[in-house]
Formats: sequence, structure tokens, C-alpha cells
Amino acid sequence: MNARMELPARQQESEAQVKGYIGKSSPRAGSKRLLQGRGAYIDDMRLPRLAHVVFLRSPHAHARIKSMDLGEVLKQPGVIGAFTGAQIAQYCTPWVAVLGHLKGIKSAPQHAVAIDRACWQGEPVAAIVAQTRRQAEDALQFAQVDYEVLPVIVEIEDALKGDYVIHPELGDNICFQRELKTDDFDAAFARADVVVEKTYKFARHTGVTNETRAVLADYQPADHSLTVYHATQAPHMMQDIISRHLNIPESNVRIVCKDVGGSFGIKVHVYPDEMATVALSVMLRRPVKFIADRLESFISDIHAREHIATVRMACTKEGDILGFDLNDLTAIGPYSVYPRTSGIEGNQVVNLTGGPYRHKAYRAQLKVVFTNKNVTCQYRAVGHPIAVALTEGIVDEGARALGMDPAEFRRRNLIADDAYPYTFPSGLKFEKLSHHQCLDKLLKLMDYDNLRAEQAALRKQGVYRGIGLAAMIEVTNPSPAFYGVGGARISAQDGATLRLDPSGMLNVLVSVTEQGQGTEAVFAQVAATIVGVTLENVRVVTGDTAVTPYGGGTWASRGAGIGGEAVLQAGKALKANILAVAAAVLKLDAAQLDIADNAVVDRLTGEQRMPLAEVGRVAYFRPDTLPMDFQSELTVTRHFTPREFGFTFTNGIQASYVEVDPETGFIKLLKHWCVEDCGTVINPMLVDEQLRGGVVQGLGGALFEECLYNEEGQMLNGSMADYLVPMAFEMPDIEIAHVCTPTMTSELGAKGAGEAGTAGAPGAVMNAVNDALQPLGGNVIEQPMTPERVLAALGKL
Amino acid sequence: MSDKRRPISVMVNAERIERPVLVRQHLVDFLREELDLTGSHLGCEHGVCGACQVMVDGQVVRGCLTLAVQTDGKQVQTIEGLSDSGELAPLQEAFFKHNALQCGFCSSGMLITALNIVRHHPDSTREEIRDHISGNFCRCTGYQAIVDAIESVLVKNRATEILGASL
Repeated sequence: MNARMELPARQQESEAQVKGYIGKSSPRAGSKRLLQGRGAYIDDMRLPRLAHVVFLRSPHAHARIKSMDLGEVLKQPGVIGAFTGAQIAQYCTPWVAVLGHLKGIKSAPQHAVAIDRACWQGEPVAAIVAQTRRQAEDALQFAQVDYEVLPVIVEIEDALKGDYVIHPELGDNICFQRELKTDDFDAAFARADVVVEKTYKFARHTGVTNETRAVLADYQPADHSLTVYHATQAPHMMQDIISRHLNIPESNVRIVCKDVGGSFGIKVHVYPDEMATVALSVMLRRPVKFIADRLESFISDIHAREHIATVRMACTKEGDILGFDLNDLTAIGPYSVYPRTSGIEGNQVVNLTGGPYRHKAYRAQLKVVFTNKNVTCQYRAVGHPIAVALTEGIVDEGARALGMDPAEFRRRNLIADDAYPYTFPSGLKFEKLSHHQCLDKLLKLMDYDNLRAEQAALRKQGVYRGIGLAAMIEVTNPSPAFYGVGGARISAQDGATLRLDPSGMLNVLVSVTEQGQGTEAVFAQVAATIVGVTLENVRVVTGDTAVTPYGGGTWASRGAGIGGEAVLQAGKALKANILAVAAAVLKLDAAQLDIADNAVVDRLTGEQRMPLAEVGRVAYFRPDTLPMDFQSELTVTRHFTPREFGFTFTNGIQASYVEVDPETGFIKLLKHWCVEDCGTVINPMLVDEQLRGGVVQGLGGALFEECLYNEEGQMLNGSMADYLVPMAFEMPDIEIAHVCTPTMTSELGAKGAGEAGTAGAPGAVMNAVNDALQPLGGNVIEQPMTPERVLAALGKL
Repeated sequence: MSDKRRPISVMVNAERIERPVLVRQHLVDFLREELDLTGSHLGCEHGVCGACQVMVDGQVVRGCLTLAVQTDGKQVQTIEGLSDSGELAPLQEAFFKHNALQCGFCSSGMLITALNIVRHHPDSTREEIRDHISGNFCRCTGYQAIVDAIESVLVKNRATEILGASL
């Protein structure tokens, strides 16, 4: 197999996209192991003297712990120890999740295990360690805790009213607020011919990673070092945090990511029970494992969303959008989540609402409040699904009010493809987007006009189908502007080390982690292409702080764009170093040489001059044959940080086609389309699947998923039998197409693709449902759009 | 809870296992903890996600809803055994080619459902495949690649059968 022959069949849209393996749908080498049940997730590890921890969790949403007696627990078979919050706090200091650039954000100190007071149902209040998980679970029931139940804040409105303040030292229940208003806002709304307004509600949902949260900490007292096997997206971030909060030198803390069973943002945060597990390993001087079971996942994995937002849009009668006005209220539970804070989601809604359009006037008001429900934080697409649904929902309202076709209305108002670089009213800067190309491609892909005709024909037969569009922008490849500038010790930079092994194979170490999305596969493709080796000669290692370069990991759609560029730059440097060795051996100028198909070749003729295995043999085993002043360097490291823009924005547009049964309120998804521009596509098969998986996750939140709480702050549906996730039968086929506008901020040109599906799908399906209901006078404003809410919108409940 | 044990004799992946097991122990915990067969995964432990699926006497069962003692005198096949025997090879190859997995956590259970489709519902349409795999939760892929992979094996098998019949 010759790398140079592996040009993809797809249209060549950029030079970067179609070199070697870049742009090719290669299957992931790493997946074969997983398909044989030979993955190694944390719960699959076996260590000597391993102890198992389970947590006693508060049954109340808000309660003072008057007393706790763990005496009987300690008498139970197999129990090694039982610990209160105060005991664990001697080993693990508390944290407060704020960031300097979210001005005024505040939160209260949070402990690994609650001391004195529990603030949500599910907060850990004691840790029980036993020889087996079964023994620890059996012992739980013997814990005696006397609680004094405290008042509970469940609803956003009650938090705002402030009659009761959850953390009195903070003064009120407001975690963070932001206001923004452009100078021309009042004038724009004053001269508008049409102003449309709508209030939307978005319920809480959660990630439901198939593998639950998992950590295994192994403390070595002899050298005060700690190895933590952790299902995490950000190993270096965790290394720093564990080091600081447990007072262990940074380099004595090693984080190792085994196979991770899905993350989606759930596994990028600091969880109290996980920190407690690490502390317990230190306290007990032996390995301790915590695996969340599914029931505790529902009350301890971060939740997400929960917004009540009013959006207004001003237009001229000709159909030009003049401005947007947003008022977003969002609730985050009793603490801002460490270290990324729970202010980012609302902040993103402010940043992104109205994002694809060319209006100049914008006002936004955001309030982020504390409640006594489980904490919320960044989950796949962070704020985007809300911003897109608000924007696209009100855009459809505007089109209806003006009597315009929604596709035409969008075409009229989307930022022109030649308007870049462009500064959006919220202050965001866009490098280069392709809204119009994407819209054109989408309408063609879905055969929009014929679909409209079919819809009209079926309506006459009493079949209610709807078509919904949702244009979007997406934050990817974040610079230090996301977290670093706010004081968070989270790397925006990533690194790659490439080593030529003596046999001519490439060893690639990258600081971005693999969660199943295929980062290792795309790094292999980039490395093979740039160095000039065949794909089977590349091995990639990620997820070990003792081995890889320092970096940020996997979040905010940054892995391919940032990690991929680091691999590319390291590959270029390694190639130059390989050619220097070959030039020394061959006594030629390196400029006359190139590498292809695992061999040094003549640059002009392509004639093979020296296999890479021979370069390796000479460099490692017979350097004595090289010139006296020549030292080969066949291991190189390069890093990459995006700098020119705060974020490298991508754009795209989705469409949904649904049928609604007005008698039952059931929504049938018929088809979904997505056109996405994520720049250079390294592996189309993997990107398309990221998009599809993302779309389905977005559809889940829009149609099924909701963390239901009662007025006492008790979660009512915390099991997979009661909390609905999308299963195969309800999901449609999803057609994907691409427009390719490589970012010029890197040579690779790749932008992120991991969250776009989730960002756009809820808006698209909401618009489709409301399009279907329009002739019946219904309009659903609350997600998930359950049959009950559809019927309520039709006035039938 | 009781720590009562009862002896069982069970063939696991064609290997005879004879030992006393906790009567309260679920099959998947027995496989994972006692036999180190960690390819079957715990996703929900209440019978919804399907990550713990194995075959007992050729029938697909949830390892988290079956007690180990219930397999006394039976044949249990896990992802490890079905991989080593080659029974899953065509499906594994199709899943690999179509990238019908991301994190792989659901794959063991999904493949066992897929094998059941291949064996007992070989004429399934895409819609029917979606129906059959609706007891297996995948959070990563959006399911389409899984449907594609299973469909490709069914189509290939049907073509082979037609070819075989015409010879």
C-alpha cells in the first residue's frame, strides 16, 4: 500500500485535505480490540490489595448533618474503613469554582465529602471502603445519620426571589450574571416593522455515558507518589488538581486513561466522590477503586441545560433581521463545578445567540442561579443547543410573521460568505464561515422544494409533517481565552512526540485523549501522511501524563484541530531529521530527498534510496559510521496553541423532517440532514459518525431526556428504565455532507466536529415539530417535546 | 444480605467451570469477577442498556438480570468465547469497516444481538434491524453505522445463499 496512492475519491476541496491519508475513511485500528471484548476500561483492571469504595449519599436535597455514627458500619464483614467528610478533608482541600474572566462569578467551597451540610440529593456524606464492592454496599445500610432537613430551592424563580439563600455567605443565589448591549440596540428595535418574541424552556438532562464514571487510585507511600487510572478527558488537568488538593508534587502524580466508555463532557470535571477516592488511597496506603453505578450516576454525574429564555427578534417588513434580544435564566445546582465553572454554559448562550445572522444590534441578559438539585456543567455542545434553538426558533417565528419561506428568510439574513473576517455583535470574531454554501448544499441534499410539496399534499390528507431548519455556529479549537485567561490551570496547548523506531515504524505520543471518537486514528493518519510511512507502521499512545507531552486533552471540539496540528508539525520536523540522517549516509543534500512508502526516495524521480528501517539501523546501532559531528535526532516534540482567534468557529446547518400525530402527540422522526464545515476533514467516516452521534444526542435532549425533580428536590426518574435515551428504533437515518473551509490558523486546517450535531439538532427538530403543528395552531416551546407537551400545545390537555 | 453459596457446573466458552457461587450473584458479576471475563460490561445493572449481554444455551440474555446459579448445567458464551471461536468474525469485520462503534462499551452486547439477528432474523430490513437492536444502548454512534454493518452481513449472507441455491 503506497501512501501516495491513497488519494480519496471525494472532491478535492483543499490541498491540505487530500494529502496521503488525510481525507481518507480508514477504519480505526484500535477498534478491533474493542470488538473482541478486549478493551481495558477501569473496572476491568485487577490490582493486588485493591479496596472498593462506595458512598453514602444524602437522601435530602438540603440538610444539616446533625450527627453521624459509622460504628456499626465498621463491624460489617470486609469493611476496611468508613470515613466522614471531615476525615477526608484532612487529606483533600476544598475548592471554589470561579474564573477571573467571568466577572463576578461566585460559588461556595465544596468538599470531596460533605461536612455538616448536604446541598443536593446525591451529595456524598460518607465513604465506606471494603474488600469487595458487595461488602461495601452491604455495609452502607448500617450508617446512622441524623439529618435536619433545610429549606429547598428547586425552581429558577425561587432562586431569583432569594427569600432563602442556599449559601448565606454569598448574599444571594446568583452565581453569575452578564449583561451586554450594543449601542444601536434601542434604535434598531424602535425602527423595526416586526418584533417577534417567544419564551422557551429547556429541561435538565444528563450524559448517560455507557461506561459510568470510574477511577482507581494507587498511592505509593514509599515515594509519596500516586498513579490514578481515571476515565477522564483531561489527564493533565487532573494531575494538576490532584497534586494541589492532595499536596503531592505534580510530577509524583501520574494520570493514566485506559479505554474510556464515552465522555461527552461528563468526564472532564472534578467530582467530589472521585477526589475522595484518590484521598482514600493516600489515607489507606493501598489502591482504591470507585465505579459509579447507574443509579448514582443519575444523581451525581453533572446534569446540563435547564434554561428559561425569552428571545425577541426585530425585523424590517422586507425581511431583514435588525437585532436580537435575549434574556436567559439558567440553574446550576448548589455549586459551580470545578474547575471549569458552571457559568460557561450561560455565557455561551449569550455569546452565540443570533450567531449565524448579519444583524448588528444585540442585547443579552443572563442570570445563572444556585438551586438544590444536582450540579450542572459543560456537557456536549455547551450552550450551543440552547442558543441555536432560541435563534432558529425565533427566526422561524419571524419568517411566519412576515409570510416568508424559512429557507429564503435565512438566505436573506445569513452572514455573506465573503464578509470575513467578521465581528459578531457579542464580540466574537469569525475567521471564515460558509453559511450560504452550506444552506445551498442542504436544500439540494434534502430536495427542499419537493419535500415542501410532499408536505403540502399530505396535509390535505390529514397527515401533519413538518420541516425544520437550524443554522449554527460552533466554538472549536479554543485558545487560552476559554479557560487559561480566567486563571484555570487548563492547557489550551497540546503536544505530540514522534519517534522513528529502528525498524522504521513511527511511535506517536499525543496529549489529546481517546474517548472512542477516533483521535488516535486521525493522529496516525496525519503522522503517516506527513512523515511518509504507511498507516500500519504507526502506533499512537495517548492518555498517560508520564508518557505524553503536556496538553489539554479532549473537550470543546479541539482534539483533531489542535492535537492534529501538533502531530503535523512534529511530523515535519521528524521528516527533516530522518532526511538529515539519510543525507549523511548517502552523502547527498537532504533537499534532494523525500520520504514515501516507508523509504527515503529521490525527491524528483521517486526512486527508492534507503528504507526507513535502514535509517533506523544506522542511526541507532551504527552511529559510528556517521560523520563525527553528526548527531541524529529521531525523536521530536512539537506543540500547537491556537492564538489568532479566541475560537476557530465552524458553521453548518441541519434539517429535520418529522410527522406529528395530533391525536397522541407522538413525533416520528422521518429523516435528518446535516451539512457541516469543519475545515479539513481528516477521516470522513469518523467525522460523519461524530456528527450522527451528536445529532442523536441532541435529539435525545429535544425529545426524550429530562431529569425530573419534585418540589422537595428529589430526582424522580433516576434509572434507565425511567429516563429515556434515544434507542435505534426511534432514530432516523441521518444524511451528512460537508463544505470545506480550512482554517488558516494551522497548516492542517482542521476545525472541530465533535459537538456540531448536538448543537443544531434540537433547534432543527423543534422547528420541524412546530412547522407540522402550525396548521393546527400549536407551538411547542418546551424541550423535551414529549407527547404530553405536544398535546398541551394543541390545547388538548 | 446472604452470602450463601451453591455449587454449579457450567460450560463457559466451552470450558467446564465447577465451583460454588453466591446465590445472589448475577451472571455478569460471576463472569467478570470470578472468571475475569471482563468483555461483558456493566452499563446499568437493571436490564435496560444491554452492555452485559451473553448467550446462555444459544439464547441472548442480560447478564445483569440472570443469576449465576441459573446457568447450572448450561452453556454460556461471552464475547471472548464468541470471538475466539470465530462465530462473530464476519460481524466484527463489518463493525470494523463501518466504524460501528466508538467507545466500544456497548459493542459486546450489540454484537451478540447482531449475531442473534444473523441467526434467527436473516431477512431483516433496516427498519427491523433497528427494532432488534433497540434493547442495546449506544451513546456514541447514533446507531446508523451499526445498522449499516449488520445489514451488510445480512445482505452478504443472503447473496451467498442465493448463489448456493443456484449452483
